[in-house]
Amino acid sequence: MSEPSVVLNNPGQAGAREQDLILSVQRGQHELFYELVRPYERRVYAAALAILRNEHDAEDAAQEAMLKAFANIRQFRAEARFSTWLIQITVNEALMRRRRERTVVMERLDGHRSGEEESEYAPRDFADWREIPSEALERKEVRQRLAEALGTLDRKYREVFVLRDMEHLNIQETAEALGITVASVKTRLLRARLMLRDLLAAGWEQGWFSRLPFEKGNKPW
Amino acid sequence: MVGNQRMLNCEQVWSEISNYVDGDVEAGLRTAMDEHFRTCARCASVLAGTRNVVRLYGDERMLEAPAGFGQRLEKRLARNAAGSRRGWSSWSAWLVPVAALVLIAGGLLLTNSLTHGRVFKSYHAEPGNHIPPDLVVVVSDGSKIFHVAGCPFIRDKASERTITAKEAMRDGYVPCTRCLRQYLKTELRKQDGAEVADSARAEADEDEDEVFTTAGH
Repeated sequence: MSEPSVVLNNPGQAGAREQDLILSVQRGQHELFYELVRPYERRVYAAALAILRNEHDAEDAAQEAMLKAFANIRQFRAEARFSTWLIQITVNEALMRRRRERTVVMERLDGHRSGEEESEYAPRDFADWREIPSEALERKEVRQRLAEALGTLDRKYREVFVLRDMEHLNIQETAEALGITVASVKTRLLRARLMLRDLLAAGWEQGWFSRLPFEKGNKPW
Repeated sequence: MVGNQRMLNCEQVWSEISNYVDGDVEAGLRTAMDEHFRTCARCASVLAGTRNVVRLYGDERMLEAPAGFGQRLEKRLARNAAGSRRGWSSWSAWLVPVAALVLIAGGLLLTNSLTHGRVFKSYHAEPGNHIPPDLVVVVSDGSKIFHVAGCPFIRDKASERTITAKEAMRDGYVPCTRCLRQYLKTELRKQDGAEVADSARAEADEDEDEVFTTAGH
């Protein structure tokens, strides 16, 4: 058997620890695999959920993706980030399941219904703004509202947004994971962000952030 | 591409605002957009809102998994790792179920051969199910074979008597493979195929030759 090759390119203590774990698992210490992937389990689940939109399917796909990552750990070369590699495996698994379940037809119809991505999207709300403090996310209600807003996006926008802005893949990695062009990623990302911005603005009107410390009458944007 | 010497309208700014937030616009365009944001409250609002979106959704706290997800994942991985760690030794764990399957399959084959193994049986063992039950047949002492009248293979002709085929079979007689062949042949061909029937017939011929010899013909 050939020795696994790992190129150390992630400085810092956590990165070094991760590289150590990767090498250990590649050399047969399989029981360490969960420790290796534990920091990414929520990201893996979120990526699967963005594509499958069903919690049960997403969990199953996420677990299956982890098993595939484990089975192929010796093929991992650390020129890429381990997290990116995991997310890409997860996206592949989720996309494969969606194709298998033939929901893609409905999703395509869904995508066409909302207009082509090439068309311009014009923002609708231009109120004065203010930054929403990150502390707002401490409240579960706020996180749920944001998740619900994300869930209203059409599949093609939601997938790109989650991979790029929540999973923090770069544009190229997002394009490769989804099998679309870089230009498509940028176009879809723009629309996703602007649509979410309008949804959050509407949420402000509905009091999503009503207990946040804003001055009366001021919107967060 | 929008040049840095041009005045940008709002639509042009909106179309690049995502790249602007990502720092993915060239210097000239960035300068033009900066200038636009200073003078356009609407686009400044769009920019601020977009930044809010990117910042809030990009927060780790937005990544949530169902309760118990981690534990379930850990268990599944542990099971998988245990199976993988066993490696070559794991094949021995398969021996028990495989051996059990072999035994079961062998048992089934044996049972099958006992219940459906006509290919190994003589015609004389055939029950003659296809013989018309009301057919008048001849039986005689010293033999458990029944015949049609006039069959040259009837033993002890002095003791022959006539009964129906149904009665003969009820009393344990089996049909003569010579004079009643047509019925046996039909049954065998129907159930086991021509090859089996031919094979059995050949064997039966040997049996009957023996009967013939014994009968003193």
